[in-house]
Amino acid sequence: MNGNSPLLRFWDEFVENRVALAAFLLVVAIVGIAALAPIVAPQDPYDLASLALADARRPPGFVGSKGFTHWLGTDAQGRDLLSAILYGLRVSLQVGLAAGAFAFAVGATLGAVAAFAGGRTESFIMRFIDLQLSFPAILLALVLAAVLGQGKWQLVTALVTAQYAYFARTAHGAAAAERAKDYVMAALSTPLSARRVVFRHILPNCLPPLIVVATVQVANSIALEATLSFLGLGLPVTEPSLGMLIANGFQYMLSGRYWISIYPGVALIVLIVAINLVGDQIRDQLNPRLRR
Amino acid sequence: MSALVDVRAASKVFRQPATLVERIGSAFGVCELPRPVHAVDDVSLEIRNGEVLGLVGESGCGKSTLGRMIAGILPPSAGSALFDGMPLLAGAGRPVKSTTRVQMIFQDPFASLDPRMRVGDIIAEGPVAHGLVSKSASAADVSRWLSTVGLDPQVADRYPHQFSGGQRQRIAIARALAMRPDMLVCDEPVASLDVSIQAQIVNLFLKLRRDLGLTMLFISHDLGVVRHVSDRIAIMYLGRIVEIGTARSVFERPRHPYTRALLDSVPRLRIDDRVEVDFRPIRGELPSPLDPPAGCHFHMRCPHANEACAVQRPTLLHVEGREVACLRATELDLSGEAPP
Amino acid sequence: MTALLEVRDLATHFATRTGVVRAVDGVTLSLAPGEIIGLVGESGSGKSVTGFSILGLVDPPGRIVRGSVRFEGRELVGLPHGELRSLRGRRIAMVFQDPSATLNPVLTILDQMRLALEAHERIGKAAARARAAEILTRVGIPDAGRRLDSYPHQLSGGMRQRVAIAIALLNRPALVVCDEPTTALDVSIQAQILAEMKSLARESGTALIWISHDLSTVSALASRILVMYAGRVVEEGTVGDVLSAPRHPYTRGLLDSLPSLATPGQDLRQIPGAMPSLSDPPPGCAFAPRCAHAVDACTAMPDLVGAGGRGVRCHRPLGDAP
Repeated sequence: MNGNSPLLRFWDEFVENRVALAAFLLVVAIVGIAALAPIVAPQDPYDLASLALADARRPPGFVGSKGFTHWLGTDAQGRDLLSAILYGLRVSLQVGLAAGAFAFAVGATLGAVAAFAGGRTESFIMRFIDLQLSFPAILLALVLAAVLGQGKWQLVTALVTAQYAYFARTAHGAAAAERAKDYVMAALSTPLSARRVVFRHILPNCLPPLIVVATVQVANSIALEATLSFLGLGLPVTEPSLGMLIANGFQYMLSGRYWISIYPGVALIVLIVAINLVGDQIRDQLNPRLRR
Repeated sequence: MSALVDVRAASKVFRQPATLVERIGSAFGVCELPRPVHAVDDVSLEIRNGEVLGLVGESGCGKSTLGRMIAGILPPSAGSALFDGMPLLAGAGRPVKSTTRVQMIFQDPFASLDPRMRVGDIIAEGPVAHGLVSKSASAADVSRWLSTVGLDPQVADRYPHQFSGGQRQRIAIARALAMRPDMLVCDEPVASLDVSIQAQIVNLFLKLRRDLGLTMLFISHDLGVVRHVSDRIAIMYLGRIVEIGTARSVFERPRHPYTRALLDSVPRLRIDDRVEVDFRPIRGELPSPLDPPAGCHFHMRCPHANEACAVQRPTLLHVEGREVACLRATELDLSGEAPP
Repeated sequence: MTALLEVRDLATHFATRTGVVRAVDGVTLSLAPGEIIGLVGESGSGKSVTGFSILGLVDPPGRIVRGSVRFEGRELVGLPHGELRSLRGRRIAMVFQDPSATLNPVLTILDQMRLALEAHERIGKAAARARAAEILTRVGIPDAGRRLDSYPHQLSGGMRQRVAIAIALLNRPALVVCDEPTTALDVSIQAQILAEMKSLARESGTALIWISHDLSTVSALASRILVMYAGRVVEEGTVGDVLSAPRHPYTRGLLDSLPSLATPGQDLRQIPGAMPSLSDPPPGCAFAPRCAHAVDACTAMPDLVGAGGRGVRCHRPLGDAP
């Protein structure tokens, strides 16, 4: 490998911002822990046999009947909250990343194709997307989640539909600028096929702004999923995400058992803020006007 | 000598798409639709096999647009551009370039190379996609073309940003050559380079022409460079060719007042302290291509114009072994100080 | 004759991520009132940074690290910002390659010119308008009275550059530094502006530093020429002396690179290689790696030697008996 690839230079600059680096490491750590949840979590929160009602709604630090400390307390079913959060993070991240990835693929392709094709194709695609963007994403997601029913993939579909338009807008703007550049003219004069020009030349050069949108949209997907789950329109009870954990604890908030809702909420906030900090740094680095 | 490129009465009109407001407004007569730009206005031109044709003109004269039509990137709005007897762009609706035998070199080598690809991939992409070279043989092919343009074959795995302007232009030339073209369309290929680097690239073009027998369309605003590399020269003004002939005849005995004025505008190197340079600028401004004057486009700035020039469009006529689009071509004596 | 401008051993360096870039590294020049000199070099030669440094327009990470700039007997290096600003636009002005660096897109031409006038003197509205119209006419803008109410985007590139020149000349400065003012313009417009600059400078007694990569335009306008390479002046003298009998191999090479001096179709005598990196220049003469005449001694920096305004920075100048 040649040590001077654009990616490596980008990374060198990225690590100079300590806050962004810390946020990035935090995101990596959260993803790692969530992925390893079955191994690191003290309890399998889905295994009803391991739950004891006697342990229900205990405060943080309580040593339960199974002999280990519930550092973040337990919920109404006597579930260890730390374990539930770890498994919940796993579900939230899966849904958020899957929705972000599909929305990225669909949106970026549509936007780039529209910019390359121009004319009526462009007008048709972009006006449709504008129309969709005039509805609030949450409204669209709510309706779709209600229509499609419960389930992980139904939820991802709803999230993708609600969010691909942001990618399409960004991709369209970036691709329209790239489309006019001489290296695209050079590819057309070779000539290379339209498909190759769009996917090998234009899209890779549109990646920087798309990556910024992607970080924000993954965070948004997670938040949106939490919202839907909180409202009972998200995932089935068998796969509790962070949003559902918050919803489950909500009724105990006023009775002083704050931890059941607060800790999943804190986990959600930390995750979203960390992703956004990483996204901010990427955006700053890619914005030529802020460069030294 | 046969014509490799045959441009017949070709025009290129750019229309700005009208917004909804403008369309409604124009229907009620309260506003105008954006005016079309006639970038190339009824141009006919032949490029013979093996020759270098220089295309000269000031900004906005349509020389780049004509170059892109001949390179097969832009379809003509009217007329035709044939390469070896075949239209350069084929297919209805969205025409596609039909030949790989014409390749193009661009002005700005910082924009014409995909910044995310390695040099080797940039050069190999076209030939592999068109089956000119097998994937396994492409590395050797890349090395060959890199050495042809005077670069170390080792640079194939670097990225464009690691090179200077002159080196990037060499890479762009290697990319074009790898397609085994018969012809290169060079759009201001040395304009963005420093004088000493410019000489290196000009020499490279001269060498390529000698070694590979390439036909070239060499577009430039720099009269010195064009004179140096071209066999024949075409002068463009506001979308039309005003004079075309051998480099020698056009430069030494121009017959169009614009050619004469353009040659007079170029400051010559003064090497004697006692000599004062007297500038002989063309009077007036270049008219907007949105609203070109009627008749001869140059008549408002021309010292020799008469009433007919303001109404009648001159066509290209054979005068003294070249073609001139001037109503008074045969009667005017434009002999003046010849450039060195 | 007392000099209007005396630059001594001026050095401007830029601290960058990859090291210190010695953009200008020991430039000495002087200029008499009303004189036109040409500063010639390729990109990276330091010619523009020299111009910016004279006006104190170097922004961080750039810094004037040594040397002096004496203008009308006053030292400009280290002068407080306020005093420098009151000098700029009044006694010294600058014209940039891109006129949009000078022109504010949301103000009419008249407003910009009035602001430039009011910054340095009290002047009434009618007087300002008259003065602005007069100077626009002098830089060759037809129908100047009407143009005053236009916005910059309503003018062509050549007209915009003329307005920028008019603003520079507005307060009758003693010196105008012009940084590639005609490079972005078409030849026919360039010829117009060169002709106007020459007569304007002569009429008003304004001295010009004309910075350009183009030997021909400089030779047409200037009386003396300084050739820069890698942050230093390598040759200076009258235009006739330098261009008819260059003594530095780089100047010779530049002249040989010009197609207008060669036989059409023949290879140009090119200078091999490229300008060295200014953050890591070779020891001694920066041109030595590209020079056909380089010897071992060239690894030591030659001084700019000569007399009477004719100088060359070379151990083996051309024209010397071997």
